[in-house]
Amino acid sequence: MATPKPKKKQKADVYALRLFVAGETPKSARAIANLRLLCEQHLKNRYHIEVIDLLENPHLARGNQIVAVPTLEIKLPHDVRKVIGDLSNTDRVLVGLAIQPLG
Amino acid sequence: MTPTPKKKTRPAPPKALLKSLTGIQGLDEITGGGLPTGRPTLLSGGAGSGKTMFGLEFLVRGATQYDEPGVFISFEETIPDLTKNAASLGFDLTRMVADKKLFMDHVHISRSEIAETGEYDLDGLFIRIADAVQQVGAKRVVLDTIEALFGQLPNPAILRAEIRRLFGWLKSRGLTTVITAERDRPEKLTRNGIEEFVSDCVIVLDNRVREEISTRRLRIVKYRGSTHGTNEYPFLIDEHGISVLPISSLGLDHPAPAGRISTGIDRLDGMMGGKGFFRGSSIMLSGTAGTGKTSVAAHVVDAACRRGEKCLYFTFEESPKQVIRNMRSIGIDLEPWVHRGLLQFHAARPTYGGIEEILLVTHKQISIFHPNIVVVDPITNLLMASTLHEVRSMLTRLIDFLKTQEITAVFSSLTAAGSDLEASEVDVSSLMDTWLLLKAIEVGGERNRALYVLKSRGMEHSNQIREFVLTDDGLRMLDVYLGPDGVLTGSARMSQEARERAAGTSRRQHLDGCKRELDRKREMFEARMTLLRAEFEVEEEVIQQSISQSKLLDAELSEGRGQMVRSREADASAYKKVGRALAPRKR
Repeated sequence: MATPKPKKKQKADVYALRLFVAGETPKSARAIANLRLLCEQHLKNRYHIEVIDLLENPHLARGNQIVAVPTLEIKLPHDVRKVIGDLSNTDRVLVGLAIQPLG
Repeated sequence: MTPTPKKKTRPAPPKALLKSLTGIQGLDEITGGGLPTGRPTLLSGGAGSGKTMFGLEFLVRGATQYDEPGVFISFEETIPDLTKNAASLGFDLTRMVADKKLFMDHVHISRSEIAETGEYDLDGLFIRIADAVQQVGAKRVVLDTIEALFGQLPNPAILRAEIRRLFGWLKSRGLTTVITAERDRPEKLTRNGIEEFVSDCVIVLDNRVREEISTRRLRIVKYRGSTHGTNEYPFLIDEHGISVLPISSLGLDHPAPAGRISTGIDRLDGMMGGKGFFRGSSIMLSGTAGTGKTSVAAHVVDAACRRGEKCLYFTFEESPKQVIRNMRSIGIDLEPWVHRGLLQFHAARPTYGGIEEILLVTHKQISIFHPNIVVVDPITNLLMASTLHEVRSMLTRLIDFLKTQEITAVFSSLTAAGSDLEASEVDVSSLMDTWLLLKAIEVGGERNRALYVLKSRGMEHSNQIREFVLTDDGLRMLDVYLGPDGVLTGSARMSQEARERAAGTSRRQHLDGCKRELDRKREMFEARMTLLRAEFEVEEEVIQQSISQSKLLDAELSEGRGQMVRSREADASAYKKVGRALAPRKR
């Protein structure tokens, strides 16, 4: 499921993205589609997406403090951010990704 | 409206609601068997009301006593914190986790790291719970406090729907669940109104502070399909966990033993039909300060220990050592009984905890020690910790409890100076079977102690006011002296005693005098009699002499006449007659 595209165009960091979902629900599918689209538009070649199905790995929910799904975990150099929901609100995701400033 | 012919479905045979024992002391009694099995129970309460402890104990007891492993999902406290807190109740959570009897998960969401980007659900949480349940084969789940999610996740509408779904899911899994909720306003059970999703059982915890003393209480607001106690029940959290106190026994059906026990004071027994108190009765000793309440109580205790019975002495005023020392001064040594384990003191300042706490501690001590006699000295000090109403209700419950256990209870009650003696300060007289009133009688510039039996149900008792003194050899009841103003006490009694002694002496003297007078009279009489007799004898002699002289004369005369007749030989009869008359004289 993961779609690694580690092409280093710039020296910029590669975004390590983990998307936690629970089974193959429409919500999960929507979230995956939204994420891919967004990454292609804004982070071309600077991202790495890992989709984790919690139904298969329940312990990961505990380990990563996942409550709501879908949850997108973004590892930034100094921070770990989480955004929840199906990622349909692109702006919010971009804020989470620290690409777009707030406001 | 078309009346649809409803098929008369016969109501299914009443299937008793399955209940899961909580193992929490007292709770299973008031719920009639525990929480509804396989259903969620809402546990609502303010901050610090003991929700988390309740939840923990529910799981720990379930796992250790009923072989039902549990899952604790904490939304607030971390696992190390919980473990530490539970250790204060004597629960070793680490070990239980290692033994796979308990699974704990801390759900933590930091608001800052969450941004909502669209629709979401709580499947992550569901998966975590499901996995935890599976890990230990849990039958019980505690969610503490799920409403914390409202502060952490956006979109309350989604959250509410998800929580509702969660409860439904827990129910479908047949998990007996306790959901705690914070109650910040009295008119609402939960902050976010999740009580509407829990329809089976709702319990409210409360931590009320009155006059700087807090009391925890528990109330069952709702228990669908089951009867339950509706009162507020005080509960206590201590090193043995939670204990809820089922307030009053539901009926008045405690046994009434007919056995009697001595008070340890002979004459006091005498005042109560010669046999003392009824076993298992409640006795009140009331009186103003310094009238000897504790001394009477000590006698009762001493007598019981001598019989080999066990006594539990709650002192709210003096320390045990002080009581022992003071009682030694009246010749009662309680210390050996303490050493022999027959007597146990329990001393506490009433202000140390709430009234309910005192009641719970009392209950607990009684359940541990199993005494025959319980002394509470004095109950009036409880007023320091609470209101009159609460003390009354506490004592009612305590007396109820003691009666069901057939424990004789002795309560001392201090009557404030100046107030009506027969109105006991705490006004629990109606609960008491026997009421001994100790009073100070103030006469002639001194105070003396007196005692009377104001009432004693079910036995004949003296109506007399008896004075008593505290001697080196215990309490001694004195003889009764009635004066014109009632019972004489102290010096008045002593002077009366002296007067009576004096009067006795003079009476004796008077009697002696009379006797002497009588003797003298008798002597006089006898002397006179002797004199009279002497006179009489003299006179008698004289008279006799004259009689015999005249008789002699008479005889001589008739002899002379006879000779004349004979000489004439005229009259034979005369001769004969004379012959006869003469005959005796010859003899």
